[in-house]
Amino acid sequence: MTPRLQRLGETVEKVLGLKPVERIGELTLEVGAADYRSAAQTLRDHPELRFDQLIDLCGVDYSTYGDRPWEKPRYAAVLHLMSIPYNWRLRLRTFCPDEAFPLLPSVIELWPNVNWYEREAFDLFGIVFEGHPDLRRILTDYGFIGHPFRKDFPMSGHVEMRYDPEQKRVVYQPVTIEPREITPRVVREDDYGGKRG
Amino acid sequence: MAEIRNYTVNFGPQHPAAHGVLRLVLELDGEVVQRADPHIGLLHRATEKLAEQRIWIQSLPYMDRLDYISMMCSEHAFVMSMEKLLGIEVPIRAKYIRVMFDEITRVLNHLLGLATLGLDLGAMTVFLYCFREREDLLDCYEAVSGARMHAAYYRPGGVYRDLPDTMPQYQAQHTRTARTLAKMNDNRQGSLLDFLDDFCARFPKCVDDYETLLTENRIWKQRTVGVGVVSPERAIALGFTGPMLRGSGVEWDLRKKQPYAAYDQVDFDVAVGVNGDTYDRYLVRIEEMRQSNRIIRQCIDWLRKNPGPVITGDHKVAPPSRVEMKANMEELIHHFKLFSEGMHVPEGEAYAAVEHPKGEFGVYFISDGANMPYRMKLRSPAFCHLSAMDEMSRGHMLADAVAIISTLDIVFGDIDR
Repeated sequence: MTPRLQRLGETVEKVLGLKPVERIGELTLEVGAADYRSAAQTLRDHPELRFDQLIDLCGVDYSTYGDRPWEKPRYAAVLHLMSIPYNWRLRLRTFCPDEAFPLLPSVIELWPNVNWYEREAFDLFGIVFEGHPDLRRILTDYGFIGHPFRKDFPMSGHVEMRYDPEQKRVVYQPVTIEPREITPRVVREDDYGGKRG
Repeated sequence: MAEIRNYTVNFGPQHPAAHGVLRLVLELDGEVVQRADPHIGLLHRATEKLAEQRIWIQSLPYMDRLDYISMMCSEHAFVMSMEKLLGIEVPIRAKYIRVMFDEITRVLNHLLGLATLGLDLGAMTVFLYCFREREDLLDCYEAVSGARMHAAYYRPGGVYRDLPDTMPQYQAQHTRTARTLAKMNDNRQGSLLDFLDDFCARFPKCVDDYETLLTENRIWKQRTVGVGVVSPERAIALGFTGPMLRGSGVEWDLRKKQPYAAYDQVDFDVAVGVNGDTYDRYLVRIEEMRQSNRIIRQCIDWLRKNPGPVITGDHKVAPPSRVEMKANMEELIHHFKLFSEGMHVPEGEAYAAVEHPKGEFGVYFISDGANMPYRMKLRSPAFCHLSAMDEMSRGHMLADAVAIISTLDIVFGDIDR
């Protein structure tokens, strides 16, 4: 760990009381959904942290992670923050407590550009951001049903679109193609083929 | 008294000034934009979802198809993120090749950005000039990867192959005399580096030409100065990166601040604007082209003097050579496993960002140790920039909205992913 990263880790721990985890030169902080909004506020405003830019927010569905049962909640939002004055980065992860209705507070008042990112996470994963003024779908089609990036959503989707010459309009119908698996997904045990050093 | 209502205009999705498939719902009061609501997603191909069902290396060519006018920079972020997870070292020569092609890509991107900005504002000549120079650089892409645009040249651990010793040449045609042909192929006799060297020698003059046409042009200034002004504080809050942020006067460049590849070993300056308007961003991009030219020249010099491997020798990641593969059982197994099951990337997560010509392009991987990424998230700069469209265009005339779309330098492959 570089001294700068060390300093950031210590500052975050001092200010928020939570210890960020360091891996391959990146710090990840996990906060509970209840503290998420206030932690974000502190990260942005504290004079020793000043994460003034939100680089990215993305939803993650952990349900099939590692092909083993997942113990934590299924959905999470992962934020990548950057501080221009201090030139450091931090990853902030929050799990949505309720699986059936994933809900998180919106941080749109802190970083206005999170607007579209939250819309995207809502569209693709169905995570609802409370306090977002305009939580519409963004990437999928008008009238799309479902949240396509969830792991239980098939790659080929549920409906397909075609032009119907009799009705003289575009119609939706159930998909006629079979999902195809070319290379199977494999998770190897740790010592497979001699562990990589 | 008659009720006065705002007029709603549907701009796009099939409009040449929309830079792709942007549907922009504009609420107009007369000719003044009151609200702009961009509808995106018309080019959504779910690249991130596709990557979850393909082996790691198969997703690399998708990166070219994101931002299809700055292809190799997106590849760079992808391979950097993978290298972080794999914990492998890249040979120094590969780093220089990457820097050189990143800068070629930057020039390509800014040339197209300038060309379309010019075209949107009615300057046709610049468009033609820019495309003339782009052609030479696309030939470099072709020479090195075989494809003019969708290169798929970078690999985790290096680049696919070393720079070629020959350049593709123009073929005889009934419309070309022998003399024209000889003239056209004149600078293509040597290696790729010779051709690039020749290009770098004439390119500053070309940039001067664009500047002669535009920089002091009264019409150009009337259309760009004071249009789409963003203050530095607001630019940071809105998540701007790259030339959009620098145009507003924030000196921020990942190549300098968080150097990757060989950027800490080349010499260049960062261009910064003052007023944060379309004109300043135009000037920043022009200057970036000149600086890129400088970097390319340094890379040419270095690459000429320092031969060496261009991809890591770790056969868990990079395939062995054909000769080794045919002579050696172990290499054969490596080759077979790499191209059937694919490599396994250790469990963990990584985010790597590069200074893409448009801003910060980042790739965030979550790996659970499988032969496919568990989740890939692409942080595209244009997505973030377009989300500020509403704020930037409010109170401007309809014609200025076109200039603002253009100055955002957006590409829909990148926004919709």
